[in-house]
Amino acid sequence: MTGVPHSDAGSELPPLIADQISRTTLALFAGASGDHNPIHIDLDVAHFAGQHDVFAHGMLSMAYLGRLLTDWVPQERLQSWRVRFAAITPVHARPTCTGRVVSVTDGLATVELTVTLPDGTVTLTGDAVVDLT
Amino acid sequence: MAIDVHKALAYRFEPVVVTAERGRLAFFAKATGQSDPVYTDLDAARAAGHPDLPVPPSFYFSLELERPDPFCWLAALGIDVRQLLHGEQSFTYHAMAHAGDTLTLSSRIVDVAVKKGGALELLTKQTSVARGGQPIAKAVSVIVVRNPEAGK
Repeated sequence: MTGVPHSDAGSELPPLIADQISRTTLALFAGASGDHNPIHIDLDVAHFAGQHDVFAHGMLSMAYLGRLLTDWVPQERLQSWRVRFAAITPVHARPTCTGRVVSVTDGLATVELTVTLPDGTVTLTGDAVVDLT
Repeated sequence: MAIDVHKALAYRFEPVVVTAERGRLAFFAKATGQSDPVYTDLDAARAAGHPDLPVPPSFYFSLELERPDPFCWLAALGIDVRQLLHGEQSFTYHAMAHAGDTLTLSSRIVDVAVKKGGALELLTKQTSVARGGQPIAKAVSVIVVRNPEAGK
């Protein structure tokens, strides 16, 4: 396999700045992801649930993190990953995905993952195990 | 309404048998701003050593939603889909899957936890993905159910 970057503890992945999330983004992601929960696409439902507006699917941000990882290494190198959804991503937000190698043991890198909004809100945190051998 | 823990742990999910579709994967790529042609262009995928477009890392979550009524298990447990938040998600991979593969997804609820005096309930659902008996991936979701009336 090819395309595996040399990385040590402390290496940063090239960050990924997603496009601003519009209502169209949410509609397309609802259809493409199969998550038709109306809270993400129907303002009436969002209001009924006590939200002032619709908000993005957590899995949209996780998909952006997936792009961060597969831009860095071929997907077959990704062994596992997990995220915690720490805060809601409002419509019109522009998430930035970052990753930092925290350790490399026997060729397996542990990468710390974060998604942040321009106002500093951390929306996702997580980690991935990537085979760099 | 509090979740019946025994009912949740005993809930039997119908397995989802679904074929990963090339067009759907290209649509998912578009919807997630994916610009890597490996995920949208068959020639680029083949040049990278794939037999077809790869199923991207988080798409197994979407494949499970291909059941005819993806939220029916929530209704069966008395959970209002509008009060849900996605708390955590993980994936572990055993092999790559590609467009054209027929995959079987088998789910069960493995844990129910109550937080904040019942104001939050956390369901952990585990899903195994296989292709003809070969393990492909495991997905674990933690779903947070908000019960605004609890404790009032």
